[in-house]
Amino acid sequence: MENIITRYRNASFLVAVLFVQMLMLGVQVKRTDENRSTRLIRVWAVDAITPFEKLIVGIQHGVSGLWREYFYLRGVRQENRDLKQQIERMQLEEVRLKNDADQARRLQKLLGFKEQVISKVLAAQVIGSSGSERSRVIYIDKGTHDGIEKDMPVITAEGVVGKVLHVFNSTSEVLLIDDQTSGVGTILEQSRLQGVLKGTPGGEVILDKVMNGEQVQTGERALTSGGDEIFPKGLLVGTVSKALHGPESFLAISVKPAADLGRLEEVLVITKKERQEPEVADTNSRAVDILAQRLPSVPDKKPDEKVSDNKDQASVNAAPGTSHTPTAAATVPGTPKSSSVGGAVSGVPNPGTHKAVAAASADGAAKPPVVMNKQATPEAPKPGTKTAPTLNPEAPAAQSNPQTTPVPPPDQPQ
Amino acid sequence: MPITYTSQEQIEVYRFGLPVTIVVPLLAVFLQAFVPVRFPFFAIFDLPLLVVIFFAVARRRPIAGLLTGSIIGIVQDSLTGNPLGLFGIAKTVVGYGASSLGVKLDVENAGARFLVTMFFYVVHEILYFSVARGLVGLSMQWSWPHELRSAVANAVIAVPLFALLDRFKKRT
Repeated sequence: MENIITRYRNASFLVAVLFVQMLMLGVQVKRTDENRSTRLIRVWAVDAITPFEKLIVGIQHGVSGLWREYFYLRGVRQENRDLKQQIERMQLEEVRLKNDADQARRLQKLLGFKEQVISKVLAAQVIGSSGSERSRVIYIDKGTHDGIEKDMPVITAEGVVGKVLHVFNSTSEVLLIDDQTSGVGTILEQSRLQGVLKGTPGGEVILDKVMNGEQVQTGERALTSGGDEIFPKGLLVGTVSKALHGPESFLAISVKPAADLGRLEEVLVITKKERQEPEVADTNSRAVDILAQRLPSVPDKKPDEKVSDNKDQASVNAAPGTSHTPTAAATVPGTPKSSSVGGAVSGVPNPGTHKAVAAASADGAAKPPVVMNKQATPEAPKPGTKTAPTLNPEAPAAQSNPQTTPVPPPDQPQ
Repeated sequence: MPITYTSQEQIEVYRFGLPVTIVVPLLAVFLQAFVPVRFPFFAIFDLPLLVVIFFAVARRRPIAGLLTGSIIGIVQDSLTGNPLGLFGIAKTVVGYGASSLGVKLDVENAGARFLVTMFFYVVHEILYFSVARGLVGLSMQWSWPHELRSAVANAVIAVPLFALLDRFKKRT
């Protein structure tokens, strides 16, 4: 026997090394928590590789940041103006959505529904990958020191990315949703069909476990269902790109991920979720009050200053055609004109001192157009606006506030 | 034909300095993990495999070859979410096979290197596929066109890479 081993030394060594590795594989496959059995080897390997990745990503971001933030500032002013306008439009849209959300929360509370909300997220940079087509994982530059734990969901602004698979001291390994071992509880937005989203060996993302008899439309959005207890309900996963009858009893549904999984640079890790009963806002508050709270206000001034200010303002308003000339109504972009909310108001006094100055629709589509009320004195609408100015009987205090600035429609830049 | 049979006396066995032995495989694993984040198409290459083939052929010692393959493979496995040993087993066999081939054949020229890399790439993929499906139970798809494309791509970059690594060779 010894003779044979000596004679076939190389082959014997090969068999021994292969045997050890197969044994190691067997142990990992059998153990449910394979993370523990091979953790040391993984830690060594990751600690040897990731510091260099972090260094290079850091240098790269430093250089590109220096260029973008100090040298290449072309178009920044215009972009800033556009963003300000966008903020104003979104504030109005938020008012409308908040009313809808409040209504939904009231209903949820009536039903005893407990919702899962994201209460804390942590931004992280992608520093590496597995480097293999067989395994779709990425590495991020946050680990246990930053509060990351296994199975935490990872998202971007576009949609779901994956979940934390292994956590190390200063890095974490994230399993992407297009990996074949991944699984995300998913619900289709319109049809409300539920299934499991997972990757295929070819890198495609499919929605599994939807029965053949169901109707699924191409383009339908897929959201997290919350059923997997990892991802909070309602996060965008992707859109259905193809739905065919499968060979078995399930549909073959292909999903295009919302997040660009091939070009991830920054991600958000959801580090804290809470289950709570929906908070119902004060049912007596009106949309107008919410609007007034969210808009910028002029700090309280002494009475003598107010008098002089009013004089100045009156002279400004008197000049027609200036940018401060208020318009009675403006349509909120992205909403149907019939359900639009009125224009923005700037310089609105603190709602505690003055009552609301404008009225906005509390519920959208079913009601006729609601317009902002500039002041009691009627004024001709600005050409191009389709909604007519109306007086709001609920806003008598509006007379005391002549300062209104309209939000122009998207095709009418201010 | 570039591959020629070589007698035992004609074989030149090379060795490498310790820094090269450590840094080159680590650099290969690092690049393999880092570059696909910016350039996803790079995942088609397997730089650690090319390094295993190069060291195994140059050293011409099967035990050294299989150990190099085994260590690089396990490090590569550590960076994937899969169990350790999938790349390890495949690269162990490739390291052993490449060094055994290096003993028998002269594979120093570009044509030979191209063919040898293609051959061992396919062997590596078959082994990985078999172990992943047979031992671990992963569901994997085999696609000959994809594997052959990848084999050619790896062989193409192997030729200049090996020429670059030749500079670190030391005659024994």
